[in-house]
Amino acid sequence: MNVETLTTLTVYGLADGAVLALAALGFVLIYKATQVINFAQGEFLLIGGYTFYAAFVLFGLPTTVAVLFGVVVAVALGVVVERFVLRPLVGESAISVIMVTVGLAAVLRGVMQLIFGVQARQMPAVLPAGTVEVLGARLPLNRLLVLVVAAVVLIAFALFFRRSRHGVAMRAVADDQQAALTMGISARRVFAMSWALAAVSALVAGVLLADITAVTPDLVSFGLLVFPVVILGGLDSVAGTIVGGIIIGLSEQFVSGFYDPGFAQIVPFILLVVILMVRPYGLFGQVRIERV
Amino acid sequence: MATATGIHHRSYRSELALRQTKAERLRLALVVLGALAMPFVVNVYWLSIVNTILIAVVGAVGLNILVGYTGQISIGTGGFLAVGAFTSAIVYERAQLPAVVAIAAAVLLTAAIGAFFGLPALRLAGFYLAIATLAAQVIIVFVARRWDWLTGGTGFIDVRAFELFGWEVGAGLFEVEWYAVLLVVAGLAVFAARNLFRTDLGRSFMAVRDQDVAAAAMGVNVTRTKVMAFAVSSGFIGLAGALTAHYTQTVSWERFTLDVSILYLAMIIVGGLGTIAGSVYGAAFMSLLPPVLTAASNAVQGSVPTLAEQLPALQVTVFGLVIVLFLIFEPRGLNHIWQRVKDYGRTWPFRT
Repeated sequence: MNVETLTTLTVYGLADGAVLALAALGFVLIYKATQVINFAQGEFLLIGGYTFYAAFVLFGLPTTVAVLFGVVVAVALGVVVERFVLRPLVGESAISVIMVTVGLAAVLRGVMQLIFGVQARQMPAVLPAGTVEVLGARLPLNRLLVLVVAAVVLIAFALFFRRSRHGVAMRAVADDQQAALTMGISARRVFAMSWALAAVSALVAGVLLADITAVTPDLVSFGLLVFPVVILGGLDSVAGTIVGGIIIGLSEQFVSGFYDPGFAQIVPFILLVVILMVRPYGLFGQVRIERV
Repeated sequence: MATATGIHHRSYRSELALRQTKAERLRLALVVLGALAMPFVVNVYWLSIVNTILIAVVGAVGLNILVGYTGQISIGTGGFLAVGAFTSAIVYERAQLPAVVAIAAAVLLTAAIGAFFGLPALRLAGFYLAIATLAAQVIIVFVARRWDWLTGGTGFIDVRAFELFGWEVGAGLFEVEWYAVLLVVAGLAVFAARNLFRTDLGRSFMAVRDQDVAAAAMGVNVTRTKVMAFAVSSGFIGLAGALTAHYTQTVSWERFTLDVSILYLAMIIVGGLGTIAGSVYGAAFMSLLPPVLTAASNAVQGSVPTLAEQLPALQVTVFGLVIVLFLIFEPRGLNHIWQRVKDYGRTWPFRT
């Protein structure tokens, strides 16, 4: 093992972790506000990747307009899903709510496949593709930029929650729904907003992931890794998603680079089992585990 | 004794009977007749689908014992099916033991592994448990794929023809002979599960589901009950896995992915959580969905030429839509629809 491989693997791991953190952020937003476990988070990533691809390549829009188009679609998707799929199930059992998002995931995946097929689509690189040399290792520039973009988006989200009226309202509902309602906050609007924001953060994650790999139906498989991330970081902790994402991203790359790429795929799930045994509420989650 | 005002028992024997009214016994007779007539009515292709339904019935009944009756969520069905299938295949193929021994070993080992992965249920509820079983699914399938001793690192095992007490099943009319075997096994599984909930163990499953603290106060050992629920449920699922292995004569890890776990959950949701009959309806419905869609697409292929290549995507979409629509409009599943139809008929022409 030399410094060069170590640096390369670290950058790759951090880039993966940053994308994972963005995907997990959406998941945590939904869970905090509505207590819904969203199994369709991977499909949100997929839709984000494909809408951007459609706007950027098929319609030939400039990058910024394509991103805006993606955001509009993501917001619309989030609001529609919340209103027509999740709201009828308010008060139903956990298994029903989980299964409705599983069904939703299949619908979204199927529709995307109907429109775009199963072939991987090549997208002209949005982020510059060159390499830079750090510590003797040649690092791909786009992975470093993924890190930067993800960091900017995460900081933007953090500021939104700290400073803006809507952000504070969302935190209030997440904290205590009854109290928030008595203060005149519309819980319905907050629910819709958290689904919309989750879709937007998944869009960013999807576009970044599509840029460093390709636009394929396989983007979904990344969505499954959201679960180890959120369990590791704590289901209701935004900071936890960043730490969890980075731990999962790094451990996967290191195991893949130094030991066995096949085994690397299940490392996140082994970590997950361990953390469930030791600290089920995660590294940063509130110690408010459900009564069993 | 059934009267217009309900069912009134006058003896202990009548209370023990599974079928209490004449209408119930008549319907059972019709179902038995239909099942016996099946191989003479449908062709080989549809009979093979009926056979996969019968295997799915066993698995769905098992999963419903855990999810519907005990209230524990599991997304690990695919993994447990794999345990059953690989165990039975290895015992039958490598150790050359009789099929019955192989299947029994598969059931017992799957029950044990299910109980082990059910241990988190003692500490975790709801979503956390779902994720723990998801990890079980991913890890079990990985082991099946990569463990050299088990599958030579390929994840495939070929299984020789199924021999039951000297009778090589499927040597003659393959599907018909298998239909006979699977019908008996599925029938026994349904019968066993139906009776399970008339025993103290089955009742304690439901007590834990409804209110575990109250159940504990009534003297139910919650720990033991949860582990037993995982064991019993996984035993049924292991049986389904073993049957798959022998029926298809090959075991491949690709048959036991997360999609299969979701398919089985969909079966019990569509059929009706916490009902044995619902598991049967759901297994039939979800297994019939793909071939019926294929047949429908073949029928209209002339007018919509692109349909054939879009079929896989369409299958996925319809599969998801069925789950979502059932959960929104009929969360209690097909069993409840059938219940309402019966109620309507009973009180006709009056409204219920």
